[in-house]
Amino acid sequence: MKATLWGTRGSLASAGPETVRYGGNTSCVEVRGSDGTLIVLDAGTGIRRLGAALGAEAPQINILLTHLHMDHIQGFGFFPPLYRPNIEVHIWGPPSLTHDLRTRLTRYLSPPLFPVRLRDLPSRLALHDVPLGGFDVGGLHVDSALVTHPGPTVGYRIRDNGRSLTYIPDHEPALGATRFPWRSDWTSGYAVSHGTDLLIHDTQYTMPEYAEHVGWGHSAIDHTIAFARLARVRRLVTFHHDPSHSDAELDRLLEKAASTGPLPFELIPGMEGMQFEI
Amino acid sequence: MLQQEVEVILMRQLASYLAMPIFVVDPSGNLLFYNEPAEALLGRPFDEAGEMPMAEWAIAFSPSDEEDRPLPPEALPLVNALRRRRPAHRTIRITGLDGISRRIETMAFPLVGQGGRLLGATAIFWDLDSR
Repeated sequence: MKATLWGTRGSLASAGPETVRYGGNTSCVEVRGSDGTLIVLDAGTGIRRLGAALGAEAPQINILLTHLHMDHIQGFGFFPPLYRPNIEVHIWGPPSLTHDLRTRLTRYLSPPLFPVRLRDLPSRLALHDVPLGGFDVGGLHVDSALVTHPGPTVGYRIRDNGRSLTYIPDHEPALGATRFPWRSDWTSGYAVSHGTDLLIHDTQYTMPEYAEHVGWGHSAIDHTIAFARLARVRRLVTFHHDPSHSDAELDRLLEKAASTGPLPFELIPGMEGMQFEI
Repeated sequence: MLQQEVEVILMRQLASYLAMPIFVVDPSGNLLFYNEPAEALLGRPFDEAGEMPMAEWAIAFSPSDEEDRPLPPEALPLVNALRRRRPAHRTIRITGLDGISRRIETMAFPLVGQGGRLLGATAIFWDLDSR
């Protein structure tokens, strides 16, 4: 299985000379199974460049959304495969008790927010509620679980040939915890993360920033490192960088995080364009 | 189970911050948690009592009606909320693990998560003797 980071920024696309290395595009990760199955994790602005890279290949694309906040769906309208009639696109999103996925996505993909309506896209679209538990996408198996973030939000673990990648871009497992980390069975996200080969996880804040944003649904870098340690992951990729954090600032923060002591996993600063073999 | 459902984790975290006595069980009725205000009514810190099956907690606190007639588990609001998937309320008398009998109001409701999953139930107690 191979993963490529097409967008690593959180909350808001942040293009500029100060974000060139880590990237300014919002959440999007391409996952290729060993059998060629293509999964796209989230449709942030990073999905535009992925669409261009795909060209006319890939007759079937599977887009798994963690949730429907704008920074995770904003790239939809700029994903060229959606405008090709011969492509089958499956979109999976967390279930809601009130509106189906089509209705919720149409709020964005319709005027006045966007000129093209979801129903007018020429590709063959199929929308699905994510089954909580597990399901298969092509030759890949996907585990999904609700995680702590405002509104229904899921984390995914994708399995292929005994290896796994876990993707939880927006996650606040420390919310309300009187101490963190604590017991694994009382920790959000643990079930889809334990023992994973590659964890791509929210590291939006520093600890002082987190203190000012409790309940916003994101993690401080220190929390994510503690979570990765608890879950015994093999590699941790930092993700969902705060729009205000420049390349230099991120270098400094991650260097500081890595210097707190030996880590039982490899800490990898998540940068746009990075590729991983899993 | 590797991990509790996230709604149950958040329920416990909320309960741990509230000043009302709260008791949380899983879909089988097993006690998962009660908070510090509930410890005062139940007569033992949760860390000492620990998780326990319904068959145990349903009799451990010797629940009875207001005339001191013992109540079977199915007469308890928490068990009703779980089995009937609807809120339940009753005034009962319990004897804490410290041996003290207290008259309490119990308001229980099921915890139903996304997709209609029954995740357990929660009871809020109100100590009538101290008011």
